[in-house]
Amino acid sequence: MHTRVDRGHIHPKASEITPQAVYAARRQWIQGLAATAAGLLLPVPQAMAQSARPGKLAALPGGRSAVAGAVTMDKLTAYADASTYNNFYEFGTDKADPARNAHTLKPRPWTVAVEGLVKRPGTFDLESLLKLAPMEERIYRLRCVEGWSMVIPWVGYSLAELIKRVEPLGNARFVQFETLADRAQMPGLRSGVLDWPYVEGLRLDEAMHPLTLLAFGMYGEVLPNQNGAPLRLVVPWKYGFKAAKSIVRIRFVEKQPKTSWEAAASSEYGFYSNVNPQVDHPRWSQATERRIGEDGLFAKKRPTLMFNGYEPQVGQLYAGMDLRKFF
Amino acid sequence: MRTGLVNAWLQGRAAKPLVFLAALLPLVTLVVGATAGSLGANPAETLMRSTGDWTLRMLCLTLAITPLRQASGWHALLRLRRMLGLFTFFYGLLHFLCFAWLDMGFDLAAMLKDIAKRPFILVGTSALLLMLPLAATSFNRAIRTLGAARWQRLHRAVYAVALLALLHFFWMRSGKNDFAEVSIYAAVIGVLLGWRLWWRFRPGSTA
Repeated sequence: MHTRVDRGHIHPKASEITPQAVYAARRQWIQGLAATAAGLLLPVPQAMAQSARPGKLAALPGGRSAVAGAVTMDKLTAYADASTYNNFYEFGTDKADPARNAHTLKPRPWTVAVEGLVKRPGTFDLESLLKLAPMEERIYRLRCVEGWSMVIPWVGYSLAELIKRVEPLGNARFVQFETLADRAQMPGLRSGVLDWPYVEGLRLDEAMHPLTLLAFGMYGEVLPNQNGAPLRLVVPWKYGFKAAKSIVRIRFVEKQPKTSWEAAASSEYGFYSNVNPQVDHPRWSQATERRIGEDGLFAKKRPTLMFNGYEPQVGQLYAGMDLRKFF
Repeated sequence: MRTGLVNAWLQGRAAKPLVFLAALLPLVTLVVGATAGSLGANPAETLMRSTGDWTLRMLCLTLAITPLRQASGWHALLRLRRMLGLFTFFYGLLHFLCFAWLDMGFDLAAMLKDIAKRPFILVGTSALLLMLPLAATSFNRAIRTLGAARWQRLHRAVYAVALLALLHFFWMRSGKNDFAEVSIYAAVIGVLLGWRLWWRFRPGSTA
């Protein structure tokens, strides 16, 4: 375990914290509004009101989530942008490459091996994972380490649902995620950009956080291949690369796993990689971001929020940690 | 093709305007794309990358003139070199403008901070600044004023520009460990500069 010495965890200014009475009243008002809307739109599945289904892939509706912070009010990114501007190096390093090349991925049949320090290891097939817990729609901000952001309505359930079922042992402290690495399906593996398979990891408490999502769909449909079909991770308060795509293995371990990006450039990509406007990437500032499709060509970039705006929900996970050291 | 025919065409009236229009095409495509909204999800990034790509390509074309001329005998190619060099500077300037405007919103303090943080931007900016005196002395009178020998010595700075541009691109891509394109440009520039060395020291060379 790291020594948790407070050496500059950046707390928000008191003046910037919304007083509890104010946000309580605001929530009540929103809840009232939602109740009215639900009354008016009864036959429509909840939380589907923001976007029409793109009609490209099989439907995968998600119900309303009770998790705090699960639905941001930001305007959704267009499906066309979210499904054509991707970092998924297994299909090429250009952001247009995955949409062009990922048709070779076969998302079905699919299995996920859950192994390591758990009482009930096993191999789950996709069908059983889809039925493991009720699907919820989660509208999350997505902040890429490169300085752009999107707002995406994911469909899935908290990863904690799966973790609870496999019962981690007492010494399981980290969870490691592994992406498929099949040369026949993934042309990008021929390049030596990263060591394949792509490995990502979370601390167990991060993985158990209700906002950490095991996503199977987006925009009310199953995930497009280029977005990490058939299942991927979404960790909304971390830079996008933490969210492993097309997962085939989940391993519970005692030691902090070495992630692919740490292995490639440990000074640039830390294990935590929490969105943090005050800790710059060694080669560029993280203070601002460009919201894809919304901020015009000549618009000023918008300020990046601490923990991507999820500080109320996840800030306590890092209490006392030096976020400059554990970047 | 016969050397004489090519030289005749290059010396003809159509050659320069045609090459000029061709060199403008990338810019036209980008402007049309930006207005039509067809530059993808992140048009600012597309503009920044494309103008950078075209600067490098123009630079390679400029540097290719002399070797091509020497290898083929198409000496009239020389007529195009100045224009291609100026297009290199032009696309480089656009590339810098995209960075300053689209990425930094002309915020000078932010730009200086960014340059300090990202040495590859400093390297790119140096390459552009180094092109400035070359562009400024590209007209005939400057050659006469400086004298051909001094003018030529000054314009050898383009070799440094090429190496800086390459380093800029390499450094930018190193974050992603992706050197496929960088190595293509490095190979092209390596051949073009290597040719000059070979030509100079080849057996029987007079220069």
